Amino acid sequence: MRRLLFHHARNLLSSTKDLSSLQSLRLLHVCIIGSGPAGFYTAEKMLKADDKVEIDILDRLPTPFGLVRSGVAPDHPETKIVVNQFTRVATNERCSFYGNVSLGNSVSLPELRQIYDIVVLAYGAESDRSLGVLGEDLRGIYSAREFVWWYNGHPDCYNLEPDLKHTDTAVIFGQVALEPLKVYLVGRRGPAQAACTTKELREILGIKNVNVHIQEADLVKSPADEEGLKNTRIQRRVYELFAKAATSAPHPAVDQRELHFVFFRKPERFLSSDGCNVSGVRLEKTCLKENGGSGRQVAVGTGEFENLNCGLVLKSIGYKSLPVNGLPFDSQRGIVPNVKGRVVSSNQTEHEKVEHGLYVVGWLKRGPTGIIGTNLYCAAETVMSILEDVHKGEYVQSSKPGREGLLHLLKDKNLRFVPFGGWEKIDCKEKMKGQLQNRPRDKITSWEELLKAANE
Amino acid sequence: MLLSRLSRIGARFLKLNELRAGQISVNRNGYFQGAFSRFLHPVKNHHSFSTTATEKASEEGSEQKEKISVTFVDKDGEEKLIKVPIGMSMLEAAHENDIELEGACEGSLACSTCHVIVMDVDYYNKLEDPTDEENDMLDLAFGLTETSRLGCQVIAKPELDGLRLALPSATRNFAVDGYVPKPH
Repeated sequence: MRRLLFHHARNLLSSTKDLSSLQSLRLLHVCIIGSGPAGFYTAEKMLKADDKVEIDILDRLPTPFGLVRSGVAPDHPETKIVVNQFTRVATNERCSFYGNVSLGNSVSLPELRQIYDIVVLAYGAESDRSLGVLGEDLRGIYSAREFVWWYNGHPDCYNLEPDLKHTDTAVIFGQVALEPLKVYLVGRRGPAQAACTTKELREILGIKNVNVHIQEADLVKSPADEEGLKNTRIQRRVYELFAKAATSAPHPAVDQRELHFVFFRKPERFLSSDGCNVSGVRLEKTCLKENGGSGRQVAVGTGEFENLNCGLVLKSIGYKSLPVNGLPFDSQRGIVPNVKGRVVSSNQTEHEKVEHGLYVVGWLKRGPTGIIGTNLYCAAETVMSILEDVHKGEYVQSSKPGREGLLHLLKDKNLRFVPFGGWEKIDCKEKMKGQLQNRPRDKITSWEELLKAANE
Repeated sequence: MLLSRLSRIGARFLKLNELRAGQISVNRNGYFQGAFSRFLHPVKNHHSFSTTATEKASEEGSEQKEKISVTFVDKDGEEKLIKVPIGMSMLEAAHENDIELEGACEGSLACSTCHVIVMDVDYYNKLEDPTDEENDMLDLAFGLTETSRLGCQVIAKPELDGLRLALPSATRNFAVDGYVPKPH
């Protein structure tokens, strides 16, 4: 440990000339809100960079790890291995986890800013973009987030119960995991613009007993497509996978599921035969137009329509972050305005005012894109900004109480938080229950049961 | 495959027990426990322990086997020369030598955090071509180059003696180029 710290201290020395401000500083009290990858990578980098920091990680759920727990599908256990690393961070003696503490409900942002030198917002994106078309609130239409939370046993969506048994056709806008159905995957643009990853597409195309349908006409590339593919390796490889799948002959077999890629279509409205449940969607054909000089091609309607019958619709068109009281928020972009992770209270560059001691990381900082590892670099940037400010001496004068203050506040409000040990009880119980069924774990999916397990 | 991995982890675990008296760092301690318990899970306890016991001898034998020299160049340009036993991945070698190479999925080819850049194209050509699965992960790697590989997939072999690997410079990219990782 000492060697590691020395190593980091030396790194710090090489990047900043003066360490005296750091040395004279008493404990730096840091609060990270949100315990997903962005929050944990931030905590890890802070702990490594500075041995005089004490970090409290808050989460509104009784369980940590954010989308690693409730976003990564259970058939990808290898992607979840990163929780080993996060657990080592959480059990570090200078770090504590406070589950079941919700920003905005349990505690307010001004309260936390009074208690901590530094507050880092890492609460991600817990809402959805909407299509803004007629009939979007019909029964049987879900956001991908809700659907993914449901199949991952998130306590806010465990009772969603999408009707998969009596539905034979689903329409999915964008990208999401497949269920055993006849599925139409609809996208506004073409295979040269698909936003999935090669890994996801390779997996979906490799599912047994699924007949993949791709219109060969959709694979025709325009010069603008060619240019785009030339410049982006992942798009090129995704396109190649589509092209390969389109030309490989379907395997004739009975009882096969069907996956149709429907490119160049956008929803015009959702249809209902009983006025309550979704029964179909009206799609408008699109074509691509270049958007100004950006080189980016956008889909525009052609005025040609067609109907597609379906009993289930999943909208996978993007997550959206939610604002909280007292926090600058760019509602158009759905992010907290920031400069390299420093929260600024105005979006206009000339009138930028840096919010002292307030930082942002992850989806709330850059929008809901990227993979777990993207947060590594995102956190590195935010932590670098924090360290720069620490070295400038911005927090030397402060006398904030930190953890002690939080515990007082929670006690005053009569709030019972779930410590990391409480999560470990939940974890243990889930794993034991799973073991009996030959599964890695059987998740506890209701708030009540989670809190009960944590306090047992 | 599993057995050889188990044996490696087992040997580490044994080493860990010896080292414990000598105040091993919290970090490394945790790493080994995490990695060990992961491989312990699918098999019953007595299996893994018998494996570690019987494989211990061969592991000790391999310690005397040939090692190659590998240089890691970190994001600040600082170089570190290490000796890597034949058969060991660059991810494992980096972790054993306190080199800050991330390994979020612990070498199971499910992330791209152990991305390294082979600095000499001749050495890059000595490596076996990446599989589709590795390429799929490299698609998502930060700061991808023509000679990028995943550290967990580069295994030490005699021809690689003198290999130089650069760690992608995250902070520099952010600070200087204003580079923001591409959305997937």
